[in-house]
Amino acid sequence: MKAYFHELADFVQSLAAEGEVIASGFAAESSDFIRFNRSAVRQATSVRQLKWTLTLIRDGRRVDAATTLSGQGAADRGQLKAMLADLRGGIGEAPVDPYLLYPATPADTERESPGEIPDASEVIDAVLEAGRGLDLVGHYAGGPIHEGFANSLGQRNWQRVDNFNFEWCLYHDRDKAVKTSYSGPRWEADAFAAKMRFAREQLALLGRPARTLDPGHYRAYLAPAAMEDVLGMLCWGGFGLKSQRTKHSPLMRLADGKERFDPRVTIAENTAEGLAAGFQREGFVRPGRVELVRAGLLGDALASPRSAKEYGVETNGANGEEAPEALDLAAGELARADVLKALDRGIYVGNLWYLNFSDRSACRLTGMTRFASFWVEGGEIRAPLDVMRFDDSAFRMLGSELEALTKERDLILQGGTYGARNTASMRTPGTLLRDFTLVL
Amino acid sequence: MLESLGRDFRAIAPAVDFCALRFMEESSELLTVRQDVAEPPRLSTDRGAMVTVIDKGGLGYAATSDLSPTGLREAAGRARRLAGLTAGRSVVDFGAISMPRPTGRYESPLANDPSRLTRREKVELLAGEARNCKIDGRIVDWEASLWTTRTRQAYFTADGGEVEQVFHYLVPNMSATAHADGNTQTRTHAGRGNGYCRQGGLEILESFGLEGSGRSVAEGALELLAAPNCPSGKMDVLLMPDQMMLQIHESIGHPLELDRILGDERNFAGTSFVTLDMFGSYRYGSELLDVTFDPTRPEEFASYGWDDDGLAAQRHHLIRKGILERPLGGAVSQARAGIAGVANTRSCAWNRAPIDRMANLNIEPGASTLDELIAGIDLGVMMRTNVSWSIDDSRNKFQFGCEWGRVIRGGKLAEVVRNPNYRGISATFWRSLAGVGDASTFEVMGTPFCGKGEPNQVIRVGHASPACRFSGVEVFGGAK
Repeated sequence: MKAYFHELADFVQSLAAEGEVIASGFAAESSDFIRFNRSAVRQATSVRQLKWTLTLIRDGRRVDAATTLSGQGAADRGQLKAMLADLRGGIGEAPVDPYLLYPATPADTERESPGEIPDASEVIDAVLEAGRGLDLVGHYAGGPIHEGFANSLGQRNWQRVDNFNFEWCLYHDRDKAVKTSYSGPRWEADAFAAKMRFAREQLALLGRPARTLDPGHYRAYLAPAAMEDVLGMLCWGGFGLKSQRTKHSPLMRLADGKERFDPRVTIAENTAEGLAAGFQREGFVRPGRVELVRAGLLGDALASPRSAKEYGVETNGANGEEAPEALDLAAGELARADVLKALDRGIYVGNLWYLNFSDRSACRLTGMTRFASFWVEGGEIRAPLDVMRFDDSAFRMLGSELEALTKERDLILQGGTYGARNTASMRTPGTLLRDFTLVL
Repeated sequence: MLESLGRDFRAIAPAVDFCALRFMEESSELLTVRQDVAEPPRLSTDRGAMVTVIDKGGLGYAATSDLSPTGLREAAGRARRLAGLTAGRSVVDFGAISMPRPTGRYESPLANDPSRLTRREKVELLAGEARNCKIDGRIVDWEASLWTTRTRQAYFTADGGEVEQVFHYLVPNMSATAHADGNTQTRTHAGRGNGYCRQGGLEILESFGLEGSGRSVAEGALELLAAPNCPSGKMDVLLMPDQMMLQIHESIGHPLELDRILGDERNFAGTSFVTLDMFGSYRYGSELLDVTFDPTRPEEFASYGWDDDGLAAQRHHLIRKGILERPLGGAVSQARAGIAGVANTRSCAWNRAPIDRMANLNIEPGASTLDELIAGIDLGVMMRTNVSWSIDDSRNKFQFGCEWGRVIRGGKLAEVVRNPNYRGISATFWRSLAGVGDASTFEVMGTPFCGKGEPNQVIRVGHASPACRFSGVEVFGGAK
């Protein structure tokens, strides 16, 4: 696939006329998607897809077009040539773009992360065997993901990642379940078995009579999978330069100095240690680390090339949405083994679900507890919880009510598969909160 | 092209119990003017096909963007292999399900083809309206956009079924944001989720009300900036169609999806508080509640002639006078559950397998005028335009927020309020439906962004509704 990308990139470069810059984006994957329900297969799908995006820049104007390719050289070259002709025909209609910015100096990068991805038959065999006698529902997505960037100035960027992500639940009854994920570059039977063993142990706890809580205030521990959802809300316009300058960011009170997070809270876009590509759509190479929140105070913003030009700052290789792709919350001091003891009496939240802002200006969030969440008393798990709605401010959760962050962190592959498999990831500790507000 | 594709497919279709090819080509153009600057036009063409094979009880899907005979043959081979791997190990014996063999053609109405305007003319149309947003120094951001899409689909079965469907979608939007003293308020003309989305052409801009929308959203954002916080307490809510669409979607649509009820979505989108034994007898809402699955309204966003398993689409009541009658489940789910459903097995693209989706899900108009609905409320809040949505994985405990609220006191409209929110439980909320607006309050809305499924899919849905009044709802505002 790499050779094919370079072949087409060279071809497109050869088409550039004087005064034109042509940029190309490439995304391809060969994926197996296997859905399971009640320890049987629901749907098995194999997808081969190649997508190419062309950007034509001329006289300060820019037009973008994306298309699917077949993988057949002659046909794809013909298609790209025709698409470029269409763009040339239409670029005169586009007004001059005052926020146009592209890398003037080529910066090549290459990253290959090969793996050993199991065949669909191995996955089906292993999962059905592990789920025998259980109510297992889950989804496996695996295969190579290829991304590339090229421009007619000669820049070439390439990344290949082989990985899989299997997320599954073991259900006790109705909405009581344990959710687990297993991802990586190679499937190892022992590692999968260990994850299944842990899930079965938690499943046994769900057999106890459930406890229904009254709305109110509780001590709480949010496990890393729950924190992924909380941090995900901050990523929704929180860290982008444009959203901060146009006052859309839910972190405006942090920017204005009216609120602050706890000094132990440091949040970074940690591209160097994530899985996402080290370059972005316009070809800017990302720095290894951008500190978004530094010791509780707002740090640098994620600046896409367009926003950088608009607001007169340097771009740091952010994507067009200015959303993190490798978010990293710094670790704390609490050992994970001591979490229940430190919580003493309160709720252990394994996962959260369907978060949204109930007041964006105040960074107030609402959402539901989900999957393995428990009532804890005397430092021991006593009962599974019936699902509860929370409504609380992130400035409290990561500020005044933050008692501790765990020493250990989880690297969570975000696993989204809208249109294509996502390589975004998040690394986060769990958090112990003095007070967490449940409302329904 | 479709003729040759069908011919090529039938030439390579393997000798199996059932084989079908679903082709999809989607071309779109997104034009945006932000703060009086036109953003680069974004054009896209997405083209490919998926082969479905059912053999010896197993089911396999394979998608390819290579539409040559070689590409189709290779995809058919992959689908056949997966069918073999899943035979006897699937949730159901797929070989026992009778798959439709449809024939026919469907096309969206298109009174005023968007291609009649040049791209420059469309940008100028947006820019002219967006220019009216900057009416005050506190307006900090504004944006107008127009998203047009043409989708061509074809469905072939190896034994002669053949359907072609062509859809024209148009989604306009206009928004303005005001900021002062640490408070940011945004007012949109159709909701941040592109709620005014329809099938058709440029004629939609007229019913959308593009003319005047720039100034209107800017004034709306400033009005919210000056407004007090929404009051808290138990009171009535009067939900207008651009919030009702979200209420229908989350707390009727998703819980009635048969694949959720069967457990397929429990690892991601969730389950449902609805169980199979409820159909035919369960009181979902008050006697005023009539809900239809209606793919036959031509202008609504998710109208079609056949679903992606080839089942012919028909209008059905899902809830009649408050009683639950029928789920949202297509041919496969109906066979698994042993219950009649609707033609709603849908896929968002050529590279995703079809699953149960809600398509057009509407509330039928009632008998009350808007004035009568308002007059019937002693204390309550009228709410417009969804901005926040959250619901549990059984689709029961929800909390929704709107851009704009207006207090109703003593049967009369009073002050505008900001950050109106309300929460409730689906299983009891619809029973508190106390008034349903007549046809004069009815609007056709929808969203291009309904997420569900593994692998994930975002699909178009339509929701038409009159204004509706609910009594005794927990209402609250934003942070102090």
